[in-house]
Amino acid sequence: MIQADLNVILPEILLSVFAMLALVGAVYTEKDKLAPMLVWATSGLFIALAIWIGASGQGGTHVAFNGLYVDDAFSRFSKVVILLSAAAILLMSQDYMTRRGLLRFEYPVLVTLSVVGMMMMVSAGDLMSLYMGLELQSLALYVVASLRRDSVKSTEAGLKYFVLGALSSGLLLYGASLTYGFAGTTLFSGIIQTVKAGELSVGLLFGLVFLISGLAFKVSAVPFHMWTPDVYEGAPTPVTAFFATAPKVAAMGLFARMLHDAFGGAVGEWGQVVALISVLSMFLGAFAAIGQRNIKRLMAYSSIAHMGFALMGLAAGTELGVQAMLIYMTIYVTMNVGTFAFILSMERDGQPVTDIASLNMYSKKEPGRALAMLVLLFSLAGVPPLVGFFGKLYVLRAAYDAGFAWLAVAGVVASVIGAFYYLRIVFYMYFGDETDEGLDSGGSPMLWGFLMASAFVMVAGVVNLFGIEGAAAAAAATLVN
Amino acid sequence: MIGLEHYLTVAATLFVIGIFGLFLNRKNVIILLMSIELMLLAVNINFVAFSSFMNDLVGQVFTLFVLTVAAAEAAIGLAILVCFFRNRGTIAVEDINVMKG
Repeated sequence: MIQADLNVILPEILLSVFAMLALVGAVYTEKDKLAPMLVWATSGLFIALAIWIGASGQGGTHVAFNGLYVDDAFSRFSKVVILLSAAAILLMSQDYMTRRGLLRFEYPVLVTLSVVGMMMMVSAGDLMSLYMGLELQSLALYVVASLRRDSVKSTEAGLKYFVLGALSSGLLLYGASLTYGFAGTTLFSGIIQTVKAGELSVGLLFGLVFLISGLAFKVSAVPFHMWTPDVYEGAPTPVTAFFATAPKVAAMGLFARMLHDAFGGAVGEWGQVVALISVLSMFLGAFAAIGQRNIKRLMAYSSIAHMGFALMGLAAGTELGVQAMLIYMTIYVTMNVGTFAFILSMERDGQPVTDIASLNMYSKKEPGRALAMLVLLFSLAGVPPLVGFFGKLYVLRAAYDAGFAWLAVAGVVASVIGAFYYLRIVFYMYFGDETDEGLDSGGSPMLWGFLMASAFVMVAGVVNLFGIEGAAAAAAATLVN
Repeated sequence: MIGLEHYLTVAATLFVIGIFGLFLNRKNVIILLMSIELMLLAVNINFVAFSSFMNDLVGQVFTLFVLTVAAAEAAIGLAILVCFFRNRGTIAVEDINVMKG
């Protein structure tokens, strides 16, 4: 019995054991000298696990520990995306962090632990495992945000993230306690029976609202977004890149799992709430980014807007909606990996630069990189025929089919407004003023590789989205019933 | 006779005090940490009350998890706060303003 349970969580066990061994091993041997090797080992392990989890695709649904932990197509899809994006970000950050003396051996260890937390989040089958996974992820991320211990900005980012993150955990827990009290169980399978049995009681409704607010914090959706720009700006850039990818996928996955697995019978109740959060996020992200000069802050608002679109898929409350959300998140993560590979390579005299005005006439100096960034920015803005456009198309169609026509129209309007600030960067790169204060050319081949690969995917993926459509459909089918 | 509602009222009151402590406090980051702790403990009262009135142990198990995580959270919060103090020389809430958010 226990053997079967342990088999289900084998990837998580492997990762945790690896993290602990790496920690102890590095402390007792060469400490930070081991860090580059650890980064390679960690990303190698992530990729290997992603291939393993992805290859066991037709494994069906396994439930471990009496329902606390669920391993199904949905969690496998999310885990593959989480693991691959975390591996990409780790590989990208190595060069940047080494040159600034930031590459401590704790960094890959903390990333590994947070990835274990994320894998738990998307597999949670119970409020308890939901909470433990979320906290494992968050606690590791608080530390990673303040990784640059001697910088005011980085520690301030960590402090803000910590205080607001703890507040959101508190809200989530209060919701969990109300749900437990009024449903009589913390198991999702038990809660959904209570929800389906009759009217949603006031206590359960309050619990649901608190749970949604706690999770909205984690995906940085309006009105719980205020930490995002500051944390993105203050944290070291590789860490920002990490924040913008894997944790977002995990939080959206958890969001979808909780809403469908535990409250699947009350789509009418939460659909409206999620639709409201979604439309607010899209518009705030689109408007607030216009005034930003710092590209990291700009990416923060961009991620708020993108979360709005992903939530639109969830708001639909249908199988198509979950499928659209998964496709959207996968595309979003791929775009962000490329964009942050570009931001990581923005330097002047070896110092990182984040002002978008420094990109003036970048295309003359580095035509290849500028072109790749142009493709990525167009894709982020959702310009057809790039892949980003298809992501938006999926969520819009899902929302429209579910009767949220106004939401779909709002989404189109928001994405047109949002296109302005992406296009402004393109304008700077191709038609800006000639200045002496341009960026350094060159940069590490690793970043170049990720930038080009991501831009290539944005163009080549148009053919069939590399087949993720079918996988996402299978994943959505196991979640929605 | 003290019923379930009484416990829930106490918990809700403490929870709201915690939230207000987070937002109204302008003095000291330590008070933020105390408010966070208060919120988590209010949730624990909720869990234990439900658990005992439903004769179901799950709530108490959940409480133990929450207590453990709250301890870890406080440790991490204090560690980040110490780093911040070293750089900035103050822990007043209004001085956490290097970046405008």
